[in-house]
Amino acid sequence: MSQYGLLIDYDFCTGCHTCEVACQQEHEYPAGKCGIKVTEFVTPGLHKPLCIDNVPFPTDLCDLCAQRTARGDMPSCVKHCQAACMSYGPIAELAQRMENQAKTVLFRPR
Amino acid sequence: MLFTESAVKGTVMKNEAGIQEFKTVAWSAGPGCHGSCGQKIYVKDGKMIRIEGDENNPWSQGRSCPRVLALKQYMYHPDRITAPLKRVGGRGEGKFERISWDEAFDICEKKLRGIRDQFGAEAVVFVQGTGRDVGGPISFLAYSYGSPNWVQLGLSGQSCYTPRLSGMKATLGDFCVADCSQFLEKRYDDPEYKFPKVMMVWAQYPPATCPDGFYGHWIVDCMRKGGTQIIAIDPRHTWMTSRAKYHLQLRPGTDGALALGMLNVIINEELYDKEFVEKWTFGFDKLKERVQQYPPAKVAKITWVPENLIIEAARCYAKAKPAGLQWGLAVDMAPEATSVAQAITQLWCITGNVDVPGGNVFGKPSHGVTTYPYATEELVALYGQELVTKMNAKRIGADRYPLVKGFRGWAQPDDVIDQIDSGLPYPIKGAWIQTANILGGQAARMRFHYEALKKLDFIAVVDLFHNPTTMALADIVLPAATFAEKDGFRSWWAPLGVIQKTVQVGDCKSDYEINLELAKRLNPEVGKKFPTVKDLINSRLAVAGTNFDEMVAKGSWAMPADGPYRPYRRHERGLLRPDGKPGFNTPSGKVELWSQFYEGFGIDPLPFYLEPAQSPISTPELYQKYPLIMISGTRSPLFFHSEHRMIPWLREKMPEPLVDIHPDTAKQLGIHDGEWVYIENDMGKVRRKAKYSLTVHPKMINTMHGWWMPEEEGAEPNLFGVWKYQINQIIPGPQHSKSGFGGGQYKCTLVKLTKMRDGEV
Repeated sequence: MSQYGLLIDYDFCTGCHTCEVACQQEHEYPAGKCGIKVTEFVTPGLHKPLCIDNVPFPTDLCDLCAQRTARGDMPSCVKHCQAACMSYGPIAELAQRMENQAKTVLFRPR
Repeated sequence: MLFTESAVKGTVMKNEAGIQEFKTVAWSAGPGCHGSCGQKIYVKDGKMIRIEGDENNPWSQGRSCPRVLALKQYMYHPDRITAPLKRVGGRGEGKFERISWDEAFDICEKKLRGIRDQFGAEAVVFVQGTGRDVGGPISFLAYSYGSPNWVQLGLSGQSCYTPRLSGMKATLGDFCVADCSQFLEKRYDDPEYKFPKVMMVWAQYPPATCPDGFYGHWIVDCMRKGGTQIIAIDPRHTWMTSRAKYHLQLRPGTDGALALGMLNVIINEELYDKEFVEKWTFGFDKLKERVQQYPPAKVAKITWVPENLIIEAARCYAKAKPAGLQWGLAVDMAPEATSVAQAITQLWCITGNVDVPGGNVFGKPSHGVTTYPYATEELVALYGQELVTKMNAKRIGADRYPLVKGFRGWAQPDDVIDQIDSGLPYPIKGAWIQTANILGGQAARMRFHYEALKKLDFIAVVDLFHNPTTMALADIVLPAATFAEKDGFRSWWAPLGVIQKTVQVGDCKSDYEINLELAKRLNPEVGKKFPTVKDLINSRLAVAGTNFDEMVAKGSWAMPADGPYRPYRRHERGLLRPDGKPGFNTPSGKVELWSQFYEGFGIDPLPFYLEPAQSPISTPELYQKYPLIMISGTRSPLFFHSEHRMIPWLREKMPEPLVDIHPDTAKQLGIHDGEWVYIENDMGKVRRKAKYSLTVHPKMINTMHGWWMPEEEGAEPNLFGVWKYQINQIIPGPQHSKSGFGGGQYKCTLVKLTKMRDGEV
């Protein structure tokens, strides 16, 4: 069976925190516990004075929404992501997409 | 949790675990916002257990924001008001007693009747906050009662969307929105749609919320799927500006000069759409003459945007076909905002981007249904010419501001609070405040509002949580429902949507349930027309040839068919004017670059620039004393205005009110990153935690509004800490313009930062 992961097209992550609350609701985590966390990076840019990047990072609590994916749904963060910049799928397929897409990051949480 | 697809896609389904699924539309209470995302709500044993985006709803396509996903914590929060309350101590003591709905309605009826008998219905003001679903029910109650004084109290200069609506009305006769395919069922896949080559994002960070009925991330969709390039007009650096082809970092409040400078470039370099201008516009030569006063070099000095950037961005926008323009609230807060909005509207007009795919298209209430009367015409359709004429004459501000009388049915907020305080020209005795936290939210010169409102004889507040406004002012508090607990409808703009009740929480009622019951008691005619809320909703939906139950069965939404409510090129097809002729809904039938609408109201028919009342240029001495320009009202996806500070999943992600300050500026002032400071001017001082950030210009600071602390003591004098954190205490009052719209100084008040002394933290 192939391994699954998350591909984040972080060129488009706006840092809206949707993935975090989606995860907390799904797993019924209280505030303070979360399977994914967004971090903002404000750095001087290559072609412009400032670049702002946001990247969601799956924490140790991320189970890739095993219950949801077992019934054919997307993980909650992927489904609700407002920028639609998160994908869930077999690692090999995601890695292939990554070849052709800059500013992406691939996670295999489990 | 498996659900089999039922034959009718919107009906409630129940699975083996006894879980029901409801398809509905989110609007206002809950997420709080202006948006309209499709949601599926799961209910077990009468309790909402989960919410999930509805992928079949074209508006949001399954996506959700953090606020709507936190709905469970909002609905079942231990501090939620779940029963009507009567004040038993003095105002502000925080002592309330639970009462029945009957008793609550009896008290409200008696008090409101008493005021009307003695002073006239106009002596009661009906207060709402931002443009949410409450606009429908509260105007319904005000008109049933007979008061013309429906108002966004505290919002200095009516500085939210009204000036933009006015600028569009003056130019086009109707209102436009940036086209992100939101009127098409297949959205981006519809072959009729074209992605804008360029989107000018003016004075807004759209991804933070769903401003003015627009899903902010649609612009991100256009960037991702369509390669749309961004021209960002924003004094701040944001994710959006960092992805922009051009970022014009203007001095706050100078948007009008920038728009006129761009018009100057586009007209003088003949980059405008000559065919469109020739065929469809009126007054082009006069506009051409006016914009000569705004050469880019002069505009660069006013706005602090380099001249070459102004020119390049204007060229880029004008040459892109199609180009869209999405704009934000800061436009409304500019001085003489009606004129600023007019100039920006002209940008998309002379470049031929009107009602074309990927341009700016007419937004009409879906299917012609009115949820929230926007213009006088809609009020007339609902309440009749006779009543509206009578109301217009008595509305506060109508004598001074012709647009207040003739354009939108709102009283002028600055004049309303002055009149509450002075009693002139007629006394105000009562306030009906509905889901509007005036003191913790929008009120500029907040302390003055607090003191003036205390003078009223009777105040009822409808809300979901206690807040500084309920605590300081309410005699009666009525518990309102979230969108998941009520039936409702929405037509702003498309699709037409219905909101269906999924559960009951405590004794909460919907705004329409509360207002219809009270309206019936205050005006017997109402009950004959609308025995129930369902009757009222169905009467509004009738024009669409549908009804509530049918809409629910369809999945809670419907897109308008081709015709007046669906783009494109409606001016060519005779779909805009009441007489059915081609053209625009203006006196000349053309796009009026020289506006007869404004001329008729005694307003300059051509756009012009006015410097903010407080600024480095208009008040240099004040600027020496207060050398930082404060941008307030920055949005976060975590909170809607003054809401959500009590929701654990949201608050943990931003526990404290921050002020963004450039590290160089902070170091000059000896302020450390993370240190608590005061933002201060002659009106007072407010606490913030300093956050070093390169995103802010060294001469500016940037902070959010709406801060109060639900976890602190609510009773006076503390009022949930509102005196420590409410930024609008130091925003000055009327700076507004001849039109009565604009000039709220929320985006460009002059301040300084001071360190706290030991023991103050």
